[in-house]
Amino acid sequence: MEHYSMNLNLKVWRQKNNSEKGGFKMYRVENISSEMSFLEMFDVLNEQLVHGGEEPIAFDHDCREGICGTCSMYINGKPHGPWQANTTCQLHMRAFKDGDTIVVEPWRAGAFPVIKDLMVDRSAFDRIIQAGGYISVNTGNAVDGNAIPIAKDKADASFAAAMCIGCGACVAACKNSSAMLFLSAKVSHLALLPQGEPERKSRVLDMVAQMDKEGFGACTNTGACEATCPKEISLSNIARLNQEYLVASLTANK
Amino acid sequence: MFDAKIPAGALDEKWSDYKGHCKLVNPANKRKLEIIVIGTGLAGASAAASLGEMGYKVKAFCFQDSPRRAHSIAAQGGINAAKNYQNDGDSVFRLFYDTIKGGDYRSREANVHRLAEVSANIIDQCVAQGVPFAREYGGLLSNRSFGGTQVQRTFYAAGQTGQQLLIGAYQALERQVALGTVKMYSRHEMLEIVKIDGKARGIIARDLVTGKLERHFGHAVLLCSGGYGNVFYLSTNAMGSNVTAAWKAHKQGALFGNPCFTQIHPTCIPVSGDHQSKLTLMSESLRNDGRIWVPKEKGDNRKPSDIPEDQRDYYLERRYPAFGNLVPRDVASRAAKERCDEGYGVGSSKQAVYLDFASAIERYGRTEANKHGDDHASLEHIIALGKEVVKEKYGNLFDMYEKITGENPYEVPMRIYPAVHYTMGGLWVDYELQTSVPGLYALGEANFSDHGANRLGASALMQGLADGYFVIPYTIGNYLAEEIYSKAVGTDHPAFVEAEKTVSDRIHQLMNIKGKQSVESFHKRLGKIMWEKCGMARNSQGLTEAISEIQTLKKEFWSDLRIPGDINEMNPELDKANRVADFIELGELMCKDALLRNESCGGHFREEYQTPDGEALRDDANYMYVAAWEYKGDHNWDLHKEPLHYEVIKPTQRNYK
Repeated sequence: MEHYSMNLNLKVWRQKNNSEKGGFKMYRVENISSEMSFLEMFDVLNEQLVHGGEEPIAFDHDCREGICGTCSMYINGKPHGPWQANTTCQLHMRAFKDGDTIVVEPWRAGAFPVIKDLMVDRSAFDRIIQAGGYISVNTGNAVDGNAIPIAKDKADASFAAAMCIGCGACVAACKNSSAMLFLSAKVSHLALLPQGEPERKSRVLDMVAQMDKEGFGACTNTGACEATCPKEISLSNIARLNQEYLVASLTANK
Repeated sequence: MFDAKIPAGALDEKWSDYKGHCKLVNPANKRKLEIIVIGTGLAGASAAASLGEMGYKVKAFCFQDSPRRAHSIAAQGGINAAKNYQNDGDSVFRLFYDTIKGGDYRSREANVHRLAEVSANIIDQCVAQGVPFAREYGGLLSNRSFGGTQVQRTFYAAGQTGQQLLIGAYQALERQVALGTVKMYSRHEMLEIVKIDGKARGIIARDLVTGKLERHFGHAVLLCSGGYGNVFYLSTNAMGSNVTAAWKAHKQGALFGNPCFTQIHPTCIPVSGDHQSKLTLMSESLRNDGRIWVPKEKGDNRKPSDIPEDQRDYYLERRYPAFGNLVPRDVASRAAKERCDEGYGVGSSKQAVYLDFASAIERYGRTEANKHGDDHASLEHIIALGKEVVKEKYGNLFDMYEKITGENPYEVPMRIYPAVHYTMGGLWVDYELQTSVPGLYALGEANFSDHGANRLGASALMQGLADGYFVIPYTIGNYLAEEIYSKAVGTDHPAFVEAEKTVSDRIHQLMNIKGKQSVESFHKRLGKIMWEKCGMARNSQGLTEAISEIQTLKKEFWSDLRIPGDINEMNPELDKANRVADFIELGELMCKDALLRNESCGGHFREEYQTPDGEALRDDANYMYVAAWEYKGDHNWDLHKEPLHYEVIKPTQRNYK
């Protein structure tokens, strides 16, 4: 891989806190190596700001290996930036070239209020899980793991849905700020397994109700969520969710 | 010495005896007892959920924006359990034996045996929760091999086992939040333990969004705050992983056990430059199929594909024919360092070795071709088929490697190098997981108890969940049964007022330094000292130097630090300063511990103590103990020794040949 260094202009959203108005600010970073990660480039910028006596840019990040789901930057009009099936922390600077101007914003959605700069509050996702995104089994109740055989294709499909990292890029990408991809991934993960069967109907009804309460928008099947998802969660999960919801609404004894 | 409270009796009966005789708390009393849980990784989330289910009033805290983000999520390869589903001779005893041996005979027999006993229950519990483990075509659970063992006992979910297990525990936790038994405090950091009459009675936490300090009462406090690998600055830990909660407990009287026992993981993506902020692990499961090699010729700059088979040195297979590429992590790491130090390293930095999948791809390809009855498949076709198999097994890891390095590991071998990954040391706990402060417990990576001087792969997930699901629910009752008489203490109690003042004073002190250097720059300098002098190889001179360098660094930190922003707002620089200040103090203790341990064992390699062929040379006569350090004041600790008694296993020189 050919290495190079570059100078960049950054147009970054700054906002002191939830109640104050934010705005864009321009920054320049120099000598950025193509081997750096995008967040390491932000580290360089923040060090520069600290040394200049300015407040560094607040952004969420933790594992920096694409699995914890914390990082959440809207880069050049796309959640997690230009690469496919990728998180912000795994985006590397070889995606850019010398002289580029990069625009960085927080996730924008009514249900994800800005906390500071590029940080948003995604606790609505936790509350959706609280509404039913689990199997009610207390510790110590379990039977032997092999007592419940699960066909490999079912287990694989369930796992594919369970790979969701809860980052919220699907919501940020959606023109309606819908959380349907997130929710459908959890409903699918559990509905595809025999262990999820007993609560199958109440789960989908309760989780959808909570999603609506949180102020996420409706789904109009645009598919921007799927195209953006770092874990390539499939749109077919939303179809499954709709089916689960319909069956549950018609047959649940509630 | 503090009593480890190991139950009497035969090793395999200790835990059932304990469970049969420990005190119980009745359901009505459980509702009156409050428990604080710090951290929501595998240990914390499983403990909080289980205790909530039992009826206790639980408050759980994490510094992340959601409990689901805890760093357990990044564990890749798998979780061990003595199920013997593969009929390959596994048993509770073998898992126990492998763990003790892997830990180079520096862990407690009783704790490790209990861990092996409950391991099977963990798999059952996780399956019941809907964790989508890998399955065979017959619908049953699949297993794979991991380092340091000769059986297949590792359960997995592709390369995302930690994620799936944590999501399982997180969902169980959120269910309790919905039921009201657990109250969750995200974006909160614990900054002090509150003690009343010698017992842990609560915490001071900082709301990281508003910067406000909060007082929380608890009849018991559980620290499930993970390991301290970030003391090295560069590690595979998440950026936020820190020692602060454990360190506050240590300064409040909890002993710190074996602080120098650090695991350096052999297969990580090498450092690419000074900008590096963290290192990324390539799962140990890759060593099932990848072969590790360097050129036989020093400074051979040819492309790996141009180096013929007979000019490659598969040094692990050469040195350890019995275990080959699956030797334990400490052994594999040292062997890589040895080759690179001798000048055989590869890549531009020469600080890397190859992890090569070519032969696995061809082998799997042939099997696939056979399956389809294609006896005359071309090599190209075989390789294409083989790549598909490898993609299914390790696809996410290969993708991650390519994103970071820009190289395609299906075509060229991965370049890997050891990196700090896990800390076996931690808060000293007794058999009940209680620290030396009554009412204060430590679970998971935060404690020192189960892995001795080196942890085997796929055992961290096992230990975190064992502690949270199956150990603490019993042992905490034994303490809380006596606490039913103590009413909840109001947080206006002088002990809370004083603890809050200590925290507030320290934060003001940090903010008021108004020096010139950033927190990040101090952290980097600390990491450099630690890696060079207390890393993969240590010696008495280096450690002595490191101690004085760290003391100097500490002075500089407290006189020239610059933190922009204010206290009462979201201020990540301040959060980081609080953590780095503690890392600096910990670093000194680690070096002190490493200096005092005049032997090599597991991950602790003192250059002065090695066998003629470069293996770790233990000194059982003088060092078969847990070093438990008591904090006495600035730069000042007392050492307590907990002797280790091996009643069942006979310690020998570890042999993987």
